[in-house]
Amino acid sequence: MDRLLRLAETVTTPLLPEDYLDLVAPLRASAALRGRIVAVRPETRDAATVVIQPGRAWRGHTPGQYVRLGIDVDGVRQWRAYSVTSVPGSPDGRITITVKAIPDGTVSNHLVRHARPGTIVQLDQAQGDFVLPDATPERVLFLTAGSGITPVMAMLRSGLHARADVVLVHSAPTRGDVIFGEELRALAAEGSLRLIERHTDSDGLLGVDELDGLVPDHLDREAWACGPIGMLDAVEGHWESNGLVDRLHTERFRPTVISPGEGGTVTFTRSGTTVEADGATPILDAGENAGVLMPSGCRMGICFGCVLPLRQGAVRDLRNGDITTAVPGDGVLIQTCVSAAAGTCDIEL
Amino acid sequence: MTVIQKKAVNPIAHLSAEDIEIIGKELDAIRDRVIADRGERDAKYIRKVIKTQRTLEISSRAVLLFSLFPPAWIVGTAGLAVAKILDNMEIGHNVLHGQWDWMRDPKIHSTTWEWDHASPSDQWKHSHNQLHHTYTNVLGKDNDLGYGIMRVDEDQPWKPAYLGQPLWNFINACFFQYGIAAYDLELGKNLSDGGHKTPEFRARARAVGRKIRRQVLKDYIVHPLLSGPSFLSTMAATFTANLIRNVWSHSVIMCGHFPNGVETFEKQSIEGETKGEWYLRQMLGSANISGSKLMHIMTGNLSYQIEHHLFPDLPSNRYQEIAPQVRALFDRYGLKYTTGPLPKQVASAWWKIIRLSLPNRRTAQPGPAAPALVSSSPA
Repeated sequence: MDRLLRLAETVTTPLLPEDYLDLVAPLRASAALRGRIVAVRPETRDAATVVIQPGRAWRGHTPGQYVRLGIDVDGVRQWRAYSVTSVPGSPDGRITITVKAIPDGTVSNHLVRHARPGTIVQLDQAQGDFVLPDATPERVLFLTAGSGITPVMAMLRSGLHARADVVLVHSAPTRGDVIFGEELRALAAEGSLRLIERHTDSDGLLGVDELDGLVPDHLDREAWACGPIGMLDAVEGHWESNGLVDRLHTERFRPTVISPGEGGTVTFTRSGTTVEADGATPILDAGENAGVLMPSGCRMGICFGCVLPLRQGAVRDLRNGDITTAVPGDGVLIQTCVSAAAGTCDIEL
Repeated sequence: MTVIQKKAVNPIAHLSAEDIEIIGKELDAIRDRVIADRGERDAKYIRKVIKTQRTLEISSRAVLLFSLFPPAWIVGTAGLAVAKILDNMEIGHNVLHGQWDWMRDPKIHSTTWEWDHASPSDQWKHSHNQLHHTYTNVLGKDNDLGYGIMRVDEDQPWKPAYLGQPLWNFINACFFQYGIAAYDLELGKNLSDGGHKTPEFRARARAVGRKIRRQVLKDYIVHPLLSGPSFLSTMAATFTANLIRNVWSHSVIMCGHFPNGVETFEKQSIEGETKGEWYLRQMLGSANISGSKLMHIMTGNLSYQIEHHLFPDLPSNRYQEIAPQVRALFDRYGLKYTTGPLPKQVASAWWKIIRLSLPNRRTAQPGPAAPALVSSSPA
């Protein structure tokens, strides 16, 4: 097989055999993992479910995991991470992600409003540890807001409520904004789970101090929380102050950003590109703006798809202000999407 | 501030330093407008060209499996020649310029692209993108001027060896890809000054050797073998396709900087050059080719050499669109926009090479040539 491949390469050099195969069979097993958008179904006024037929190399997912997806928006390849909302092992092999359009969100708005069936997207294998343990806990609490419901939906759809006592506290601006609202209410109506909806436009944001009243046994439950930073910070604080932080699992969608540092000159050593980056700009953005082909992923500091070696210099983690330094010979791997220059630095790329 | 020129008539004497900076600002504005508008339409264009090229190449090679039949030989050879030209010109040259890096598609990116050419893409990028495009038409700095083996400017002193340059140029045209590979290696210079002994040069030479081996193996052994009884005729077909590609790309590239009307510059003239002056040098140092849309694609839009030299990293499909704005700028500032149909420009470039193979008719200045820098500003 190896010999055959080498022979094929001598036939197609300087291209690879795959460059020709990609023209006719982009989803074949040996190809880089891709998927084809099969349908886009509206969920709410600003959210939609995208049905994707992954390539034959797709290895499946565990409910709660996310997938990195690369799609060309106005000609530019953009990568983002989205929770898979479908149940593993569907007969047609399709998966779904559910996307909420955020204001000025390049990819989310494109997926919700402009993506068309037939479009080929780039995929990575599913990843993430926001999943249920092998031994299902008896009592489960989900605290979600907005699109934070998406990883939880995959867990519910896989039949978790048949194995556990489930309480879901979900926040959305209005009743109509609740993604999967109908489906969740139907589950609640048949007694499969207890659903507490919070409509924040009329009732205000949910405070952690309200949990005692809403779910008196919430601290006794194994809890999974997914939503905006403010909510997660409050929830983590609440569980920490009760000394029960190991019962809480969180998924963060965006990094917490601290005030900018001083920036510096960033040199990408292999491409020979040099850019001046300020202390608030992730090195990923600085590199991309200078035309460097940066590996990237979730752009929020969770997927490590953008990791590159820092050969020398200093960077600041935009989430917590931690400084990472490297001297020649070190090669510390840094996440470029949440690291800004804190002085001159050399990145190997 | 001095701006260039050692000629009886200085084409920029009428421009003040302020004029030159305004020209620079106007060109920056043209560039900004394209970048603001760059998007899906452009991405679709390059993907379509790449798809067309690959389809054409694979089907031409398939037809050549039966090259013993004369119609198959003709169709296959023509198709393969066009495919190779597209690969080198509209796709390879422009991808390697980083014109499509903004798409962030690792498959169509200057750092990953390799082309159907003897010179490995990274070496070509260095000599072409960094040296030629930065030092365009500066004598002694831009090796594209005569490729270091020919006399293409009256200011280069004549030597008897130049008598043969029409022949060298013809041979170079036929084997242009190898000429480029040798040129990217700076083979002549490195052989004469001992640079060929350095480990760095040896590594680069080995890379060129590997690239050529793979190319030759594909074109002259593997595909002929696959053709079975058509072995020899397929070999002849690939040779012919390579020859057509070589002569075509040589002709197009000669038209870029050699025809009459194109200016050359003194080494000292670019010291402390401003952005506006750099733009001006690109404007005067390049020549376009006029023709049909198909001709522009087959030249890799190097027929818009002036626009390409002003903005080497803008997508090639945009040069045609901005050409009227660029030309209007030339007209407004009384500058010569050199252009003409392909046969005329090729003839003009060839005539220059023949003419300069002989010594200058009249020596402008006896004795050592003192650079006559003309000041563009009154001061």
